[in-house]
Amino acid sequence: MATVTREKFDNIIEIKNVTKVFDGITAVDNVNLAVRRGEFVTLLGPSGCGKTTLLRMIAGFEMPTSGTILLEKQDVTTVPPHLRPINTVFQKYALFPHLNVFKNIAFGLKLKKIPTGEVDKKGRPVYRKFTKDEIAEKVERVLKLVNLEAYGYRDITGLSGGQQQRVAIARAIVCEPKVLLLDEPLGALDLKMRKEMQSELAAMHRNIGITFIYVTHDQEEALTMSDKVVVMTDGAVQQYGTPKKIYDEPANAFVADFIGESNILSGIMKEDFLVEFCGVQFKCLDKGFARDEKVDLVVRPEDIAISAKKGALGGEVVSTVFKGTYYEMEIVAGDYQFTVQNTTEYGVGSKVWLTIEPDGIHIMKKLKTVNSFVGEVLSENTVEICGGEFEFENTDGFERGDEVRVLVPFDKVELTDDEDDGVIGANVTQTLYKGSYYQVQVYTDDDQDFLVDTVDEWDIGDRVGIKINPKDLTVTRKAKTDNAETDNASQLDNMPEGEEESDE
Amino acid sequence: MSRNVKSGLIWAFVGIMLAVMYIPIIILIIYSFTGAKALGVWSGFSFELYADLFTNESIIEAFKNSIVLAFVSSLLATILGTTAAVGIFYMRKWKKTSANFIANITMENAEIVTGVTFMMFFLVLRMPYGWVTLIIAHTMITTPYVILSVTPKLSQLNPNLYEAGLDLGASPIKSMFTVIVPQLIPGMLSGFVMAFALSFDDFIVSKFVNGSVETIPVYLYNALAKRGVDPTLRALSSIMFVAVLAVLIALNVVSARRKKVVVK
Repeated sequence: MATVTREKFDNIIEIKNVTKVFDGITAVDNVNLAVRRGEFVTLLGPSGCGKTTLLRMIAGFEMPTSGTILLEKQDVTTVPPHLRPINTVFQKYALFPHLNVFKNIAFGLKLKKIPTGEVDKKGRPVYRKFTKDEIAEKVERVLKLVNLEAYGYRDITGLSGGQQQRVAIARAIVCEPKVLLLDEPLGALDLKMRKEMQSELAAMHRNIGITFIYVTHDQEEALTMSDKVVVMTDGAVQQYGTPKKIYDEPANAFVADFIGESNILSGIMKEDFLVEFCGVQFKCLDKGFARDEKVDLVVRPEDIAISAKKGALGGEVVSTVFKGTYYEMEIVAGDYQFTVQNTTEYGVGSKVWLTIEPDGIHIMKKLKTVNSFVGEVLSENTVEICGGEFEFENTDGFERGDEVRVLVPFDKVELTDDEDDGVIGANVTQTLYKGSYYQVQVYTDDDQDFLVDTVDEWDIGDRVGIKINPKDLTVTRKAKTDNAETDNASQLDNMPEGEEESDE
Repeated sequence: MSRNVKSGLIWAFVGIMLAVMYIPIIILIIYSFTGAKALGVWSGFSFELYADLFTNESIIEAFKNSIVLAFVSSLLATILGTTAAVGIFYMRKWKKTSANFIANITMENAEIVTGVTFMMFFLVLRMPYGWVTLIIAHTMITTPYVILSVTPKLSQLNPNLYEAGLDLGASPIKSMFTVIVPQLIPGMLSGFVMAFALSFDDFIVSKFVNGSVETIPVYLYNALAKRGVDPTLRALSSIMFVAVLAVLIALNVVSARRKKVVVK
């Protein structure tokens, strides 16, 4: 242990191209991630985004379908959990009810074998177990650390939720793991207890210096406690960076929507440092986009200034709510309903002007600009995509069996309430309000996704049918080098972020 | 008023039911304390029949056989039933349903059919009837009851418990024995007691596969068939009744106490 070489990037955990498929459903999709020694990293995302599955693969409870997991540069992908120097704090504690607090904590220590420093005749290191006194001393020490000094001989069943949580943490850290995994450990606690435990956990992390990997769906928890946050959805990493970076510079509309309150709009980059939205051009700090490229942009509610007299964008207040230290107003301006936070209140019905400074606008590349699928021509006027037969206008003389690329604009996809009214069925997985319309993401049964722009509001989890007007399908012969699928590439781009700015 | 009548009727009904069920047994117990040959004749209080019972070597032999058989078969049933319950619990979908269904068949099957089946099965295998066949048959008929009493304990477990064991360095087998099994012990215990009681008073299946080994129920039947109503049987029946009653009461007291602890 004494000779740990501190490299420039001392990664304790490296996850390389890890994919996990359960019964045909992809839970984790080609994830790449590196966790530096001693960091507090949070996997953040909505339920079902694959964060818990990823954690379980690090612990060894699940084996990746493909990809590798390295612990201190050693491949541990297939090492069973009891042989990994990693411990877990489970969501519902999973304490052993037949043992008291002391014995719960001592469980791992009693099994642990430590090198004595000697070697046997064949030159192999000799191992021994901890003595009773050593175990007692270690248990006492962690009990003190989690503020449960007098509780060693209590029964587990008699403890409160918060106390059980502390025992679970003590039981995991007493083994001095290289990495501590925490699976929504505060989820079962009430709000006050949760706040307390948040700061205690952060303090504990600073004191014991173990690497923490923490799973939560609570964005506030993630931002306040972590050194780095990994935002996940649909089994893929959307962004990896410091909490500040993720809040200030979300990588895409999903991250912006998930982290904090935000106004997400569609805009057009007129030139470097100039973006147009709501019919008005605004200065911004972003460049490197194509001329007239469609982009997503995010404006935080606190970055919009209101004035009764002058500004860039005229609008009308439609609602206002007092939030303690500020007012939150909904203001309709140029087809878009902005959420604005300000310490001065403007009454409902007031005509106001909005101004946004360049540093309040963050431009994001649109992940996709059009739905694109590979399909096969089935007959003179039908093509198969996503497991369904869609009609199209065959003007280029395609023949049965031709492989084709099919493009459908977001606003030309029609969702139906009744699955049977559509050509294929799908589930709504995401919905983003973009001011004047909703952008809905739906997953078909064969794991393809459509983005749909619609004025109707759909709920996540809704079962819908998909219908497309034959004239809205653009069918082209499949090119030899088809580079429309750049999803994976953009994920990899996000990967090394946060490595640049070293935060001690 | 009408409420009083209603509850009076309910109590009367319950009283009659209990009387019909228990009066014959109570009469039997009372008359086990007199030496008269015919039932219903009181020839003065005595322990004569009990004395006869405990000096009758074939009865003592049969009693020993029953105890040994019940103990061995319910021990095997507990091991088998617990492993089966764990296996079935972690199965998925249709496998789970069908495994449960198959496990319950011997419980729902008419005992006479089970008995005949075992008889023919051992015949085909050319196994001589005796201890081995008795133990196998009794283990098989009592295992479903162990599965039934262990399964609820499994569904009450925290789903991560086994993994917590692995996580802290226990191998899969060690985690099973040090983490999961202790949680199942109450279920295993009540399963064992149930299996013991079922085996102890089983007659039908035993009769088909016992060979020359006599258990208490088989002895009772043979004695009646050969020698007519032997007065010592009154004492024997009384003892069996009281013994089973004691086991049942003990089981209830233990589970009531455990519930209290959990509630606290």
